[in-house]
Amino acid sequence: MEQQADWRESKAIILLRGLLPYLICIALAYGLKLLMPVGRGTLSLGPIVITSFYTKVFGGIGIAIIMAVSLNIVNGYTGQFSLGHAGFMAVGAYVSSWITYYGSLYRFDSAAMKAEFWSEGSLLFLGALLAGGAMAAVFGYLVGLPSLRLRGDYLAIVTLGFGEIVRVFLQQSSPVLGDMDEVKEASWKELLTGVGGALGFDGVPKYSSIFWIWVFALITVVVAYRLKESIHGRAFISIRENEIAAEAMGVPTTKYKVRAFVLAAFFAGIGGGLFAHDLGNVINPREMNFVKSIDFVIMVVLGGMGSISGAVLAATGLTILPEALREFAAYRMIVYALLLIIVMVLRPQGLFGIREIWELPPLNRLVRRARGKGGAP
Amino acid sequence: MTKFLQTLIDGISVGSLYALIALGYTMVYGTLKFINFAHASVFMLGAWVSYTLATAFGYTGPNLLHAFIIITLTMLICATLGFTIERLAYRPLRDAARLNVLITAIGVALLLENTSALPKIFGMQPAKMVTLLPDVRLYGIQLGAGGAAGGTVWIQLVDVLILGLSLTLMGLLQFIIFNTKLGSAMRAASHDVRTAALMGVPVDRTISITFVIGSALAAAAGFLYVMKYPGISPPANTTWALLGLKAFVAAVVGGIGNIRGAMVGGLLIGLLELFGAGYLSPHYRDAYVFALLIAVLLIRPTGIFGSTAIEKV
Repeated sequence: MEQQADWRESKAIILLRGLLPYLICIALAYGLKLLMPVGRGTLSLGPIVITSFYTKVFGGIGIAIIMAVSLNIVNGYTGQFSLGHAGFMAVGAYVSSWITYYGSLYRFDSAAMKAEFWSEGSLLFLGALLAGGAMAAVFGYLVGLPSLRLRGDYLAIVTLGFGEIVRVFLQQSSPVLGDMDEVKEASWKELLTGVGGALGFDGVPKYSSIFWIWVFALITVVVAYRLKESIHGRAFISIRENEIAAEAMGVPTTKYKVRAFVLAAFFAGIGGGLFAHDLGNVINPREMNFVKSIDFVIMVVLGGMGSISGAVLAATGLTILPEALREFAAYRMIVYALLLIIVMVLRPQGLFGIREIWELPPLNRLVRRARGKGGAP
Repeated sequence: MTKFLQTLIDGISVGSLYALIALGYTMVYGTLKFINFAHASVFMLGAWVSYTLATAFGYTGPNLLHAFIIITLTMLICATLGFTIERLAYRPLRDAARLNVLITAIGVALLLENTSALPKIFGMQPAKMVTLLPDVRLYGIQLGAGGAAGGTVWIQLVDVLILGLSLTLMGLLQFIIFNTKLGSAMRAASHDVRTAALMGVPVDRTISITFVIGSALAAAAGFLYVMKYPGISPPANTTWALLGLKAFVAAVVGGIGNIRGAMVGGLLIGLLELFGAGYLSPHYRDAYVFALLIAVLLIRPTGIFGSTAIEKV
């Protein structure tokens, strides 16, 4: 008699189990999209009225989460110090904007957005995002390979330099071509570099909606969390804890460092693409400088280096805070700087350290109690 | 040829400023093994403090004595600041991971920049420094027949003073490090902090002095920088951080932890930047420096003077 295979062990189920978190991400993001008002619409939940301003801030939070969580893979897990995250963001932003802008011109004859939720335009946008991420990853490989072979802080300075080089080159790019006729007349060089120069890339169709931003934010979080619990994540953390010991245990440290770096660059590129297509943002080379990179570093450090929920919380808080304290804008950076120094001196591992929020003492007990009730014996 | 000589002179003068700043980076890196990002802010403060002092004292015209007073006071103030930074921010982290110190350094840099950008301190507006050094043309190099197109390149007092003062300060530093007891303590601490402490070297004091000297040199560089380029960018402007970064690149190119390396690296970076800007394209002047950095890291990560027998400070 043939042994009956357990249905839970079948390939389809295993595959589904692997994909399930991502499907949940998509469903959740779709739910959020239905919830958040767009344009002039408002949504009232009893006394709380949510306007499109909140939608905008909410989108900003999603992008900040993508950036902070992806940077956490390099800074938090692997313990390498990258100061060029905004550089990769810029690469992703410009590559994806170029594709959607000129793609729309070519395909639809105008750069206006296709309004329907799921249309040819959305597909173009999705492709552009992935292409932007891939390009950022390629740059990450090119930058990471030489500097990750060396001592840790060279990476900081090389990534900083890389971000500045990207900025300088973007500032020298040629003006955006207005319509298809101009594109036909322009030379290849003008077409390829037609991203607006120092004035910024104006006229990019604004495809980034709450759905798209949060799909990628949630996927970034899931990937980062699964990575942390996987063999690769353990290798990253071992490099952070002691590189020599990791090498001695057979972890190819340079290879893993480059991997972490490329992965983070990929998500940063996607974050940049979403940022560029978000309503109200005109991407500009000046904005994507190392000050922005430092913003993301602050999020990672405050949340705890290696803690995903910490990075998510810090990204949320540090996106809302400037909106809430607009009149104190001059003091914002002073407060950030003091926070950084104080956290580093008093709590060097960041607020949560490497742990997640539910692993911290008060919640920890709750989780254990809940598990104790559920678990059988 | 005129352009070439002029670029050469400017390159040497900017390069010696980079070298002065690079010394601060290289000394701190040699001892504590972290990039002191706050150093660029100290340089910025050097520039702004000398401007504020000159305005407060009511100095308007060229006067060498006034210049001397200002540069001394600025160096004193920035040295005190460097001491305070080390005492409050870096000393509590002496045993922490290097990443933490690096992040703290960024925090200190942000704090200094943004505090000085407050309206009550230096504000957000650019300023114009008074000329304290007399605009004297010391020596003219006659080229060709000396036609109407300006066949003479003038070597100005500012450039000579910048080079001379930088060389003097570096010579002084070299003397301190290799010929005094303090210098041996610094070299011992840079070699191995813990062993040096066991051997009776007052490590904390030595590191404090390292910061004091580095900050004073950065302040001098700040003063000389505004003498050469009187238009001062606002404190929170990225110009300062970029200048600081280029100086750090100079330290890396020369071989980090090495004093002569910092000097050579500084001059190299200054010349590369100005010749690149003059002859290739002025738009990419920042890119040349960082391209050189990446090239050096690929080919010779220890820098020009970094070798097996590395002389660390």
